[in-house]
Amino acid sequence: MSIELRNVTKRFGDVLAVKGVSFSVKEGELMALLGPSGGGKTTVLRMIAGLELPTSGDLFIGGHRVNDVSVQRRNIGFVFQNYALFKNMNVSNNVAFGLKIKKWRRADIQARVAELLRLFGLEGLDRRYPHQLSGGQRQRVAIARALASKPSVLLLDEPFGAVDAKIREELREWLVTLHHDLNVTTLFVTHDQEEALEVSNRIVIFSGGILEQVGTPREVYEQPANEFVARFIGAMNVLELEVHNGAARAGELEFPSNGMSEGQKLRIGFRPYAVQISSDLSQYRYHALLRHTFFLGVLLRVELELPSGLTIRARMTKEEYAHQALEDGREVSFQIRQYRVLSKESAPLPPEREASYPAPPVIAENI
Amino acid sequence: MDSKIVTTPGSARQPSLRGTEEPPFVKWLLIAIALGFCFVFLLLPLANVFAQALAKGWVYCANALAAPDSLAAIRLTVLVAAISVPLNVLFGLAAAWAIAKFEFPAKSLLITLIDLPFSISPVVAGLIFVILFGLQGYLGPWLEAHDLKIIFAVPGLVLATVFVTFPFVARELIPVMQATGSEQEQAALTLGANGWQTFWHVTLPSVKWGLLYGIILCNARAMGEFGAVSVLSGHIAGQTDTMPLRVEKLYNEYDAPAAFALSSLLVLLALFTLAIKIWMEWRQGRRLIR
Repeated sequence: MSIELRNVTKRFGDVLAVKGVSFSVKEGELMALLGPSGGGKTTVLRMIAGLELPTSGDLFIGGHRVNDVSVQRRNIGFVFQNYALFKNMNVSNNVAFGLKIKKWRRADIQARVAELLRLFGLEGLDRRYPHQLSGGQRQRVAIARALASKPSVLLLDEPFGAVDAKIREELREWLVTLHHDLNVTTLFVTHDQEEALEVSNRIVIFSGGILEQVGTPREVYEQPANEFVARFIGAMNVLELEVHNGAARAGELEFPSNGMSEGQKLRIGFRPYAVQISSDLSQYRYHALLRHTFFLGVLLRVELELPSGLTIRARMTKEEYAHQALEDGREVSFQIRQYRVLSKESAPLPPEREASYPAPPVIAENI
Repeated sequence: MDSKIVTTPGSARQPSLRGTEEPPFVKWLLIAIALGFCFVFLLLPLANVFAQALAKGWVYCANALAAPDSLAAIRLTVLVAAISVPLNVLFGLAAAWAIAKFEFPAKSLLITLIDLPFSISPVVAGLIFVILFGLQGYLGPWLEAHDLKIIFAVPGLVLATVFVTFPFVARELIPVMQATGSEQEQAALTLGANGWQTFWHVTLPSVKWGLLYGIILCNARAMGEFGAVSVLSGHIAGQTDTMPLRVEKLYNEYDAPAAFALSSLLVLLALFTLAIKIWMEWRQGRRLIR
């Protein structure tokens, strides 16, 4: 079923954790709630589940307002960050718990549990206790338990947070397959942008309790709504420019001033893949020293140092790197193919966000 | 258990590898003092209780236990424990739940108050109830008018015992409940369970060992309590004498073998409690290793 939030606010004492948030999850969608820690994502998820009550605003599940419906009667499946499996029960009793509470017939419970264990690759583990399972197995038990009584929506809080990197990769693919097979409306919380981009149909981006953008992975990556989204999704070089002699400048780099007056400042950002590098010094306008190469698999990350001391990060394929005969310590020429104006001085960012994301002259994030 | 104390073989002879290690004789001296102390002040008196109880032979001992006043004392002790232990289980669960699962302003005050009976002299605890419910006390005249007897009767004994054993269950449960957190309970709620079902199927099983341990300690103290009960009992033989009070009375009447016969029952209770404690700790340890 669909989920909808209309102008939902949550206040804990003096702290506004969620500030007037509205968005909806369509029926059958796999949606990510993405944002830095403490951004209010988990609170939103818990409000949808009924574990927290909104201070104001309306919540709808399947078109019905559920503000006054108790957690027990909302018919949701919830997977906790640390799974919260019942330690004193074995796997099949964990999965059967909700069915027993809902007074299913014994034969139906047995059939449903067997079906879920088979579907989740947990056969033969039914007599094990949670402490006898691996992280990945625990997570699957938690999801099986949440799905047992066929909930209308599935909510997952940081589902991949508690397992190590390799298993996380497998679980992501598995979750996508599972969602494809079951087609249950799914909303999951994550702070990992890569995870959100890879797994979900659409992403809701949060920070500081405010909804920043809702869109498909492609939309939020290519058309970020604001500087926060641009910098949070994917890697980004950020430059602080000042208009001087008719052009916006940082060090030796020049950008069109677009009619801004002398002395005005603006901030621009560009993706590492937008930087084109050549070993032929006459090919591009700017020159730099190739300081360091980071091997990332198929892609390489390259750090350029300009004579003025600015550092720029670029990304290129292994083949191109080899073709250009690049190496550390070499002089190269480069150009910036595309960039985006993030903010102008005339329209300053709200002070609290400036404080939490300070912008040094040049930075590049999570490349 | 042994493996914790065992040191490397030959460590006494080889020069120490660690600069902080004490010379062997210090180690053995300390161990000898500790063991010797335990033997003289704990084990020897305990053994003496049984020796004294049997000083005039099995028959005398059995007769002393079977005397009507002694039987009445045993019955009363069991009755008082049977009422006060469940009361404190209820209180302990409620208090531990409140402290572990909720944040509220007077929380640290509540934790301190729970410990109060540990730090207050039992005699004072008894006197408090005399002042409250005694004939000259605040509620005395009203109780008298309605023909309710608390002081020098079973209700007074129960009150005193509940007060003295107040902290046991709560103290055992608070750390267990804090460690478990409330996520499992919340998971049960999302699966459709109501509050009672959550408590019964999730909370209680996860704290059962702590709870059982608390109950056993609480029971041992309830049956062995002397001071507070002594103030409130009135010492009416066959009616308001509990086992510890009866022991004192017999001893003061120079019937030492009978006093020790009854004492040996209390010692057996203590040994039984200790055995269960060890068994539970062993079981707990095994669960952690698994």
